[in-house]
Amino acid sequence: MSSIDATEDLAAADHPGPEVNVGQLERAVSITLGTALVALALSRRRSAGALTVGVFGAYMAWRGARGHCALYELLDTGTAGDDEDDRLAAGGHDDVSVEGAITIARGPEEVYAFCRALENAPRFLAYVESVRTLEGGLSRWLARTAAGTPLEWEAEVLEDLPGRLFAWRSRPGSPVHHAGALRFQPAPGGRGTEVRLDVEYEPPGAPIARMVARVFGSAAEYRIDEDLRRLKQLLEAGETPTTRGQPQGCLPGSAPAAT
Amino acid sequence: MKANCWFGRHDVRVCEVADPQLLNPRDALVRVRATAICGSDLHLYDGHVPSMREGDILGHEFLGEVTAVGSAVESLRPGDRVVVPFAISCGRCFFCQRGQWALCDNSNPNAGLAAARHGFSCAGLFGYSHTMGGYAGGQAEQVRVPFADVGPLKLPEGISDEQALFLSDIFPTGYMAAESCDIHPGDVIAIWGCGPVGQFALRSARLLGAERVIAIDREPARLSMAAAGGAETIDFAHEDVIPRLVETTGGRGPDACIDCVGLEAYGRGADALYDRARTALRLATDRPTALRQAVRACRKGGIVSIPGVYGGLVDKLPLGSAFAKGLTFKMGQTHVQRYMRPLLQLIQEGAIDPTFVVTHRLPLEFAPEAYELFKHKRDGCVKVVLIP
Repeated sequence: MSSIDATEDLAAADHPGPEVNVGQLERAVSITLGTALVALALSRRRSAGALTVGVFGAYMAWRGARGHCALYELLDTGTAGDDEDDRLAAGGHDDVSVEGAITIARGPEEVYAFCRALENAPRFLAYVESVRTLEGGLSRWLARTAAGTPLEWEAEVLEDLPGRLFAWRSRPGSPVHHAGALRFQPAPGGRGTEVRLDVEYEPPGAPIARMVARVFGSAAEYRIDEDLRRLKQLLEAGETPTTRGQPQGCLPGSAPAAT
Repeated sequence: MKANCWFGRHDVRVCEVADPQLLNPRDALVRVRATAICGSDLHLYDGHVPSMREGDILGHEFLGEVTAVGSAVESLRPGDRVVVPFAISCGRCFFCQRGQWALCDNSNPNAGLAAARHGFSCAGLFGYSHTMGGYAGGQAEQVRVPFADVGPLKLPEGISDEQALFLSDIFPTGYMAAESCDIHPGDVIAIWGCGPVGQFALRSARLLGAERVIAIDREPARLSMAAAGGAETIDFAHEDVIPRLVETTGGRGPDACIDCVGLEAYGRGADALYDRARTALRLATDRPTALRQAVRACRKGGIVSIPGVYGGLVDKLPLGSAFAKGLTFKMGQTHVQRYMRPLLQLIQEGAIDPTFVVTHRLPLEFAPEAYELFKHKRDGCVKVVLIP
């Protein structure tokens, strides 16, 4: 999980101490089962494995009492559904966060200015079709998922430090949760600007699918690298390289096609 | 238009395809006047390069006439005769600015694929697999040239197409391989492989002041072409290479060794058999017989220069020998743009005439036959030029 100034604000609703990530019912089961296992272990102290069963039971009971599961934390998931809804409403999301970095051979001011003109976003952010700037620091985003579903939301500027940082997020209550921050920092030796992009978004799909995505990774990292690469290509080369529309051969019988 | 397309291992065909179009502001279209088959095209032909797709147009050595330019191209105009470097470079990134054109950050549309394979992406190449950008190549009647304001070199009158054609790849490649050897007076340079790149490497080593150049191959036609270029020769089919090199250098070993063979080496003996078995079983991808010999033979503190293409994993490379002897390795795709102008000048001055390497000239329609001829080195074939 990345942590940056702007997105930490998003998680302001975090609880002090360990986060409750086990649901009420599961906590009760955990305490009951854990206590029973400790009792079983105590009654068979001499048998092999009693110690293991006892320790495991004690952990289960303790986990239930605290409502925090280390494994769930590791997997960044949980069964505390109600709490999660509270956090979502408060602006702290159960989002996937991806980050990437690239060095662009242009000065921080120029890179910042290009990115700050939000109308440029569709030129390098995959799936974003258009961005329109509205009054009062708001902007209207139109995107299309890989499956072709249109998505529309309004975003607000969270932080704006010319030449250094630009952060935004979708307004509370938007149908899509999307937040991002771009940081700009001079690269050493006149190499241009180190650009770091952090994006948080609500992964589509059921909780189990999200968990799988978290454990095994998803294509999101790849896409953010592609986004950053396009940004660099636009700023350095003035265009993004392509082969779309070039000729390609085909075997006899099928018509010549362009890729 | 007609184009030579890849359809699989040992399967290339000349097809009728759509004409190329300008796709980006910095593009140009070139009507091809002459193109050639490169030794590295044989790696595609033999199926050693992943991410080829059926119908891909081959070819990265070509020369022709500009027919159209994009809105951002001011350095070229229709009618200009140009030779085009095989690597596509934006001219503005960190690497291009340092003259490391083949490492361009911005010219590969499939940079993600290349980065997944090699850690980072390098320049896109014409006609050399989708990992390298998937660009349609120049074994065609026309070709689209991206970043045309950077790569193509306008040719003056008085230089023939065939004289200038090899500025696109093999002359700069041989020259950079020799330059990498940091040649000092008295140096002896050993070169594995007397194909087209080896021929240019050995002549370049002579031009750069090498005392002796020793060329290693087993093809009589190639060895005699090397001898004509001023090299002593070793036929590895009849002699053990390393003892001969040690003996002929008075026990020192060559000061620098150039591997112009790359991943599909032929060799004799147990290690060559081992490589063939490993690659046949897909336990390794490359057969580094020549590279192993180069490392073993090189003198202490010497340089191993590798213009030969390696694609994947190499097995049993004697890195211990390289370490013990303090060797320096230099390798990579050629920064063609760095060499085109100075080498054109050498041609104009008459210091070298690159047409010596051409053994066969065929119409583009005969590309499939030409690949077979070149692959099997039939009829003394060293270099084929195709005319669309």
